[in-house]
Amino acid sequence: MSEKEVKNLEEIFEQKIARDEKIEPKDWMPEKYRQTHIRQISQHAHSEIVGMLPEGNWITRAPSLRRKVALLAKVQDEAGHGLYLYSACETLGVSREELYDQLHSGKAKYSSIFNYPTITWADIGAIGWLVDGAAIINQVPLCSTSYGPYARAMIRVCKEESFHQRQGFEIMMTLANGTPEQKEMAQDALNRWWWPSLMMLGPTDAESIHTEQSMKWKLKRKTNDELRQQFIDQTVPQADLIGLTIPDPDLKWNEERGSYDFGEIDWDEFWQVVKGHGPCNRERMNARVSAWEEGTWVRDAAMAYAKKQEDKKLKQAI
Amino acid sequence: MKNDNLIQYIFSIADNALILGQRLSELCGHGPSLETDIAMTNMALDLLGQTRSYFQYAAKLTGEDKTEDDLAYLRTERQYRNVLLVEQPNVHFGYIITRQFLFDAFHLLLLQKLQNSTDETLSAIAKKSIKEVSYHFRFSSDWMKRLGDGTEESHAKVQEAVNNLWTYTDELFHNLDSDNEIITQGVGVDLSELKDSYYEKVKEVLTDATLVIPETKYFQKGGKKGIHTEHMGYLLADLQYMQRTYPNMKW
Repeated sequence: MSEKEVKNLEEIFEQKIARDEKIEPKDWMPEKYRQTHIRQISQHAHSEIVGMLPEGNWITRAPSLRRKVALLAKVQDEAGHGLYLYSACETLGVSREELYDQLHSGKAKYSSIFNYPTITWADIGAIGWLVDGAAIINQVPLCSTSYGPYARAMIRVCKEESFHQRQGFEIMMTLANGTPEQKEMAQDALNRWWWPSLMMLGPTDAESIHTEQSMKWKLKRKTNDELRQQFIDQTVPQADLIGLTIPDPDLKWNEERGSYDFGEIDWDEFWQVVKGHGPCNRERMNARVSAWEEGTWVRDAAMAYAKKQEDKKLKQAI
Repeated sequence: MKNDNLIQYIFSIADNALILGQRLSELCGHGPSLETDIAMTNMALDLLGQTRSYFQYAAKLTGEDKTEDDLAYLRTERQYRNVLLVEQPNVHFGYIITRQFLFDAFHLLLLQKLQNSTDETLSAIAKKSIKEVSYHFRFSSDWMKRLGDGTEESHAKVQEAVNNLWTYTDELFHNLDSDNEIITQGVGVDLSELKDSYYEKVKEVLTDATLVIPETKYFQKGGKKGIHTEHMGYLLADLQYMQRTYPNMKW
């Protein structure tokens, strides 16, 4: 392709983005756009899959049948999200095996929040309420992102996530209205999950290396700090409503800004976990790698069987 | 307790669903592929949904202030009436599928009879569950064939599971004396009548899967009388943890 032709394609592409038209898998796109999307969509898919583990940790111990069934269904939804996000990613010309390989080798990242342990039942409520709450804030803008398959996947993901968020809040509310032991359990979970949830919205704008380009491609519509503020402003009244205290002594309503001021985030902790040294990084990765490796013989069997069936059909046809 | 025989009979059906559902839910997030993970969680969800219907009914029958959770969580090991087969551990995918298959084949036959029960609630639950369990049976049969007629390794693994789990199949067809009245009334199912069709169906799939049918004459039993394998206590420790640690609370 001549330079002029490429330039022409680039222009068409830019115009489409400017007009808020979707880029579809068969459309021409700059290589960097493709790579950035593979990175972000796969990171998102990996987060869904790894995110199944901390919550899965409580399925067998859920305190009632109703909660057990709801939690199973929730974790299953996450598997479903993983599945269609991997599929969206595959439309960019990368295979699921390659993506798994990137996850298992540590090359690809996933949301750091899942490297924290779920040590009480209230953690399941806190994850739904806070972690899914933060995820929704991150993800709603993606429903109108420029890459078609991703935007469409996100519409479905967001619907289910907001259901999960309400369910998580309802768990917290039940605990907060329960016995003193239950309320204490809820407060303790909020104390442990609050700060990591704020970190989930990403490094501050000054430190975020991808923001500018991603804003241009509408892969991002608001900066990390804007999203974080939105999350805080939305969540504080919810905590008030159920009588739990946000673990931040500096948290204060700022009349002038119409927003909450909040305390310093411990970014050293954030980077420690991102770099692989959080409380459960190793456990999460081991769980994923073992599931994959122990499943090899099963997947091989399915392939071998499918091939045998096909050969049989061919023979019959002859 | 009022209606004691009927409640015990419901336990004998519902406990199978509860315990197998619990075993399957251990796997959520750890399946050999995303698709199988989702499918196994689906089966767990179906079984636990059925459990809830049975227990809600049984709770009502007690005439006391009991809930489905009291029945599911607050009995001692000796009071659970599930068969030994469903409490067997998730050794590997071969065991998981074989356990499922050996149970599904039975479960489907049971429900087909139970839908004609003179007890309207049991009949309604059975009718609703048949759809779900037909899918379970298709899923597990298909996987028996894939593993049996897949690779040498998968064949060996699933054959090992069949050999080890076969010993638990006979118990599926034992009627307890306490169930006699329920059966004569046409409320419950005479399990001995299901035996021939069961082995016929199971053998057909195993043969298709190129697997050898074990020839053992020795079978294990006891679950229905509450005498379980050593695995059961740990399963219940997990299941009952919250209810035992924090009694009398709403969740």
